[in-house]
Amino acid sequence: MSDHASPTATVPAGTVPAGTGADADGETATRHGARIELADVSKIYAGQEEPAVESFSMVIPAGELVCFVGPSGCGKTTTMKMVNRLIEPTSGRITMDGEDLLSLNPHELRRRIGYVIQQIGLFPHMSIADNVALVPRMLGWDKRRTAERVDELLHLVGLEPGRFRSRYPRQLSGGQQQRVGVIRALAADPPVMLMDEPFGATDPITREHLQNEFLALQRRLRKTIVFVTHDFEEALRLGDRIAVLGERSRIVQYDTPDRILAEPADDYVRSFVGGQAAIKRLGLIRAGDLDLLPAGSASLPSVRVDATLRDVLDAIVAHRAQRIAVVDSDGRVRGELDFDSLTAAADSGGAR
Amino acid sequence: MTAVATPASAPSRRRSLTGVIGIRHLATPAVVVVALIADYLWVHSLRLDSIEQRTLNSGYLVGRTAEHLKLTLVATVLIMSIAVPLGVLISRVRARWVPPLVLGLANVGQATPAIGVLVLLTITVGPGVGVAMTSLVAYSALPVLRNTLIGIQQVDPTLIEAARGMGMRPAQVLWRIEMPLAVPVVLAGLRTALVFCVGVATLATFVNAGGLGDIIVNGIKLDRDPVLVTGSILTASIALLLDWAGGLVESALRPKGT
Repeated sequence: MSDHASPTATVPAGTVPAGTGADADGETATRHGARIELADVSKIYAGQEEPAVESFSMVIPAGELVCFVGPSGCGKTTTMKMVNRLIEPTSGRITMDGEDLLSLNPHELRRRIGYVIQQIGLFPHMSIADNVALVPRMLGWDKRRTAERVDELLHLVGLEPGRFRSRYPRQLSGGQQQRVGVIRALAADPPVMLMDEPFGATDPITREHLQNEFLALQRRLRKTIVFVTHDFEEALRLGDRIAVLGERSRIVQYDTPDRILAEPADDYVRSFVGGQAAIKRLGLIRAGDLDLLPAGSASLPSVRVDATLRDVLDAIVAHRAQRIAVVDSDGRVRGELDFDSLTAAADSGGAR
Repeated sequence: MTAVATPASAPSRRRSLTGVIGIRHLATPAVVVVALIADYLWVHSLRLDSIEQRTLNSGYLVGRTAEHLKLTLVATVLIMSIAVPLGVLISRVRARWVPPLVLGLANVGQATPAIGVLVLLTITVGPGVGVAMTSLVAYSALPVLRNTLIGIQQVDPTLIEAARGMGMRPAQVLWRIEMPLAVPVVLAGLRTALVFCVGVATLATFVNAGGLGDIIVNGIKLDRDPVLVTGSILTASIALLLDWAGGLVESALRPKGT
């Protein structure tokens, strides 16, 4: 696996989070995200007076997943597509790790940016392997490296290469197709991914599966991701930051999920948050991230360390318990939480 | 995006599909063979006069059939090399009015009676194989042109968006995504054109370009039913067999996975 040339040419200094060593589990080294900066970017379509996007400026830190949330037609997709120049900006500057994207050849630029759309867009006349191998082949990877990369990626999303490599897209379930759509975008290990409501067309159960899988993947890969969605809950679950956009892609608030819930900038943002902001904030904090109370001797209802405080609250109510035990994946008790720990955590703004 | 087929059902569906194709693909040649044998036995049972004998002998029949096939196949190759690139070209054009205009012109070619084109061309440039070929192409190009255009237009736009988003150049999108997915529709048009050609090629006799039209017209002019019937059965057999072969090619070239 690791004997072929690593695609990682340069890992920008400071973007590798501690404890996520790229070669930690013997896989191909991964290129982490690049910092993206949009400065005064506007789009005015020919024959239209109103700009679709008006002087949009944003810095997306390397390795972060930023969700663009807003109503249909607010320009969030247009803004995203200007990053890989499927839509050419009328004015403004877009840079990736300082490199001016508007001066590059657009086709070569797009091969360096992963792109996932809601309709998935797997090519029905190509096998799964051929779909995934498209960008590596365009970049001139040799056969062996491409084949190894395809198998590695299929493994990564739990699709056994021997079974799925030579299947055709229509022989896969919707969830499996969506996984292939994601790894196809990851194939050439791009530092940046653009995702346009990638899980929007799947049923709620599959969607949650895909979201969790994707989140676990992103924790390891640390790509810079622009993720367009109109589902605020999805943005809360996935986003390191959320940009709430108004008309003409105006940034109403650009902040961490916790701060958007705690301090919505105005009524418009509040309308996205909806009710139960406090409970939703609990959903952002993991039980294992808190300072736990020492474990007592009594046997208590328990939650896993990766459960959210919302799950802890649910357990408290469900079991009429004063305290809940927090256990790690082998069932060992790490400590306990009570109702006061929840409110204290909410006050301190979470562990993020 | 597409209907979800469970892994287990896919192979079995493919098997039953080949079964259906097998039966359909045997039926056409069987009908043709039966018709030809019946015609042969019927003609054989008659006492032919000298006029009929001049037409109904193997040398004459094979010669006319070969001419007919040649006219048809050359015209089809010409149509392919004109109408497919033209169809691709007009599918690329941004201006909305272009495709209807080109299709309209092709439609005029098909709507105009082929015999009329033949006569007009003969008056202006004189009779010959070239004239026959021109009217064949003019008459039969429309299905190929239209199907090429439609075949490309019907490709799911999200696939093209995905292809562009991955960094494919326009030519790569055309050759690797649009054309392969358009193949079944283009071939269906070609099959139609092929059958048109077989029919229209019978008119080549009027401009001295040979073909099975010679036999049919002889049969009519000289009032000899065995001649007329044999010419007609041969023409119909060629049309059926070419359509049948076109169907085989169509299913062989259909992109896998679709």
